[in-house]
Amino acid sequence: MSRPGSGDDGTVTDPEETWDLRLYVTGRSPKCLRAIENLRRACAEHLAGHYSIEIVDLVENPSLGAADQILAVPTVVRKLPAPIRKLVGDLSDTDRLLLGLELRPPEVPRHDR
Amino acid sequence: MSVSAGDVLTALTDAAPGPGLEKAPTGVTGLDQITGGGLPRGRVTLVAGSAGAGKTLLGLEFLVAGAREYGEPGVLVTFEESAAKVTANVRSLGFDLDALQRDGLLAVLAFEVDPGELVATGEFDFEPLFLMLSDAIERVGAKRVVLDTVEVLFGAFGADAIVRGELIRMARWLEGRGVTAIVTGERGDRSLTRHGIEEYVSDCVIALDHRVREEISTRRLRVLKYRGSAHGTNEYPFLISARGFFVLPITSMVLEYPVFEERIPLGIDRLDHMLGGGLFRGSAALVTGSAGTGKTSLGGYLVNAACERGERVLLALYEESPEQVMRNMRSIGLDLQRWVDAGLLRVWAARPSASGLETHLAILARLIDEVAPSVAVLDGVASLSYGASGTEVAGLVDRKFNLLKAAGVTILATALSSGDETSAMPMSSMVDTWLMLRNVEHDGERNRLLYVLKSRGTAHSNQVREFVLTNDGIELVDVYVGAAGVLTGSARLAQQAAERDAEGLQAEGLDRHRRELHRNVVKREADLVAVQDQLDAERAEIDQIDRRERHQMAESEADRVAMAARRWADAAPGSGGER
Repeated sequence: MSRPGSGDDGTVTDPEETWDLRLYVTGRSPKCLRAIENLRRACAEHLAGHYSIEIVDLVENPSLGAADQILAVPTVVRKLPAPIRKLVGDLSDTDRLLLGLELRPPEVPRHDR
Repeated sequence: MSVSAGDVLTALTDAAPGPGLEKAPTGVTGLDQITGGGLPRGRVTLVAGSAGAGKTLLGLEFLVAGAREYGEPGVLVTFEESAAKVTANVRSLGFDLDALQRDGLLAVLAFEVDPGELVATGEFDFEPLFLMLSDAIERVGAKRVVLDTVEVLFGAFGADAIVRGELIRMARWLEGRGVTAIVTGERGDRSLTRHGIEEYVSDCVIALDHRVREEISTRRLRVLKYRGSAHGTNEYPFLISARGFFVLPITSMVLEYPVFEERIPLGIDRLDHMLGGGLFRGSAALVTGSAGTGKTSLGGYLVNAACERGERVLLALYEESPEQVMRNMRSIGLDLQRWVDAGLLRVWAARPSASGLETHLAILARLIDEVAPSVAVLDGVASLSYGASGTEVAGLVDRKFNLLKAAGVTILATALSSGDETSAMPMSSMVDTWLMLRNVEHDGERNRLLYVLKSRGTAHSNQVREFVLTNDGIELVDVYVGAAGVLTGSARLAQQAAERDAEGLQAEGLDRHRRELHRNVVKREADLVAVQDQLDAERAEIDQIDRRERHQMAESEADRVAMAARRWADAAPGSGGER
């Protein structure tokens, strides 16, 4: 399958598909700022034009995290495409970020996925 | 009863918590006694235990008791179940979490942390949890917080160092807010909790254990650590029943029982007489004997007598089913069912093997709580030795007696013994009255004998009585003690007959003698009358003779005077002349 998009490394992106990401933070702690930056960079690299990032600050309203069962920050939730995925941490580990959000197919399996 | 100095010290210090350390009562029966008032107020307590050990329940009881009884609202944070599930789980125990939430006394934060769903990439913190918890604490004015089970967080995030750091921060934060908290942790293979949180999280550690031995399970609780406070260090059995968490209010090692002067008759006149009127109220009686000696029947009498006085009675059966006992008691003329119907008698039966010793004990404690009996009959306590050693059973019975005595309940326990009277059970020092029933075999028949081996505070009879079960009940009969030994049953009847004969013979002889004497008496009385008559006659004759003599003398004097006058005698008349 070959798809248009920024993926020269096999990134799976449907032109119609939008990645709906929500990033939970609390205030402007260094961890959270790092997470915002890391997420934006990864998305710009792999999902150019096909994503939206919503940043939710729980300090203002802690109960906003309840729906997504947010215990820790920073947490990024991939609302779309399904299934829901959650990544906790400042996203400094790019490999795990890409893997966790499935921006890049897993490396081990060689056959189709 | 053996009370070591350490036990006494424990008992004493338990009752007197150190100054300055405030405690938050848990509302769990027994636990507050062990900890001398509850959990350390404003600190974090770790409750560790394996799955199903009752950690969550203990935490919930703490919250519910706080909200309902101590005016301390609480927050429950659960990482394992949804709020709906938690609420449903404890509804059967009478905890209405919904109502508490509606009343603003409880807030529930439920997180279903699914390990597969989370990926950790780099640093994070639990700030949202802190924020929500802070919010909830402020909303209900919480004084108590329960975090159940924090171990889940380790598995979910897979970053132990960060989770541990955050938990420490959480503990300090909770303390800073002055809330009393319980953190529950999963039991580890080598350490108390899988991730060693006992090392840093808490000032007080309570371990819950669910042990299975010889296929019998027993739940136990132990306070491993209590910074700044004395606490009971034993393992204490506990029970999770329809009414929640219940730690046995132990082995209160202090020998302090209410003491009564009142006697409780057993309803067997002669036995009561032998005991000086019956059992002392609040005392413990033990009936031992080999199989089929009528131990249960004695118990049945006490039950019946107490119910007739309108007292509440607990009958705990460890050998037979209630139906069986009811039927057997009917056969000796005791209708116990009517007391059950009247709500005075509570019969509880359990196979000794149904649960561990401690569980039996805890169940008994709960029953005492529920029934509030004034008399308790424990039938077949020796059967409890199923899968346990003698000392364990003795310990158990000891604690049972303690429990009942402390509640002022009069106890009668029956135990099967194998003939040898003194080795019946090493429990003789716990009982105030010890009755022994014994089978004696003689002339091809077995008869029952009853001895009063011991009766504290009573000048009891040292006599042996034959114990006879009839359709109309129990009768005690004098036995015959002679050169041939103690005679019972037919031998006694034969002896009775022989004695009757002998008595008859003797009586006949006496009768004859009496008749003879009687006859003599009649005769002598007749004689006496005759003699008296004679005496009277003779006295009368003497009188007559006297009178006649005086008359004659008077006449002859008159003649003399007349004659003198005629002769003109010179002597003055009446001045006495010659005679």
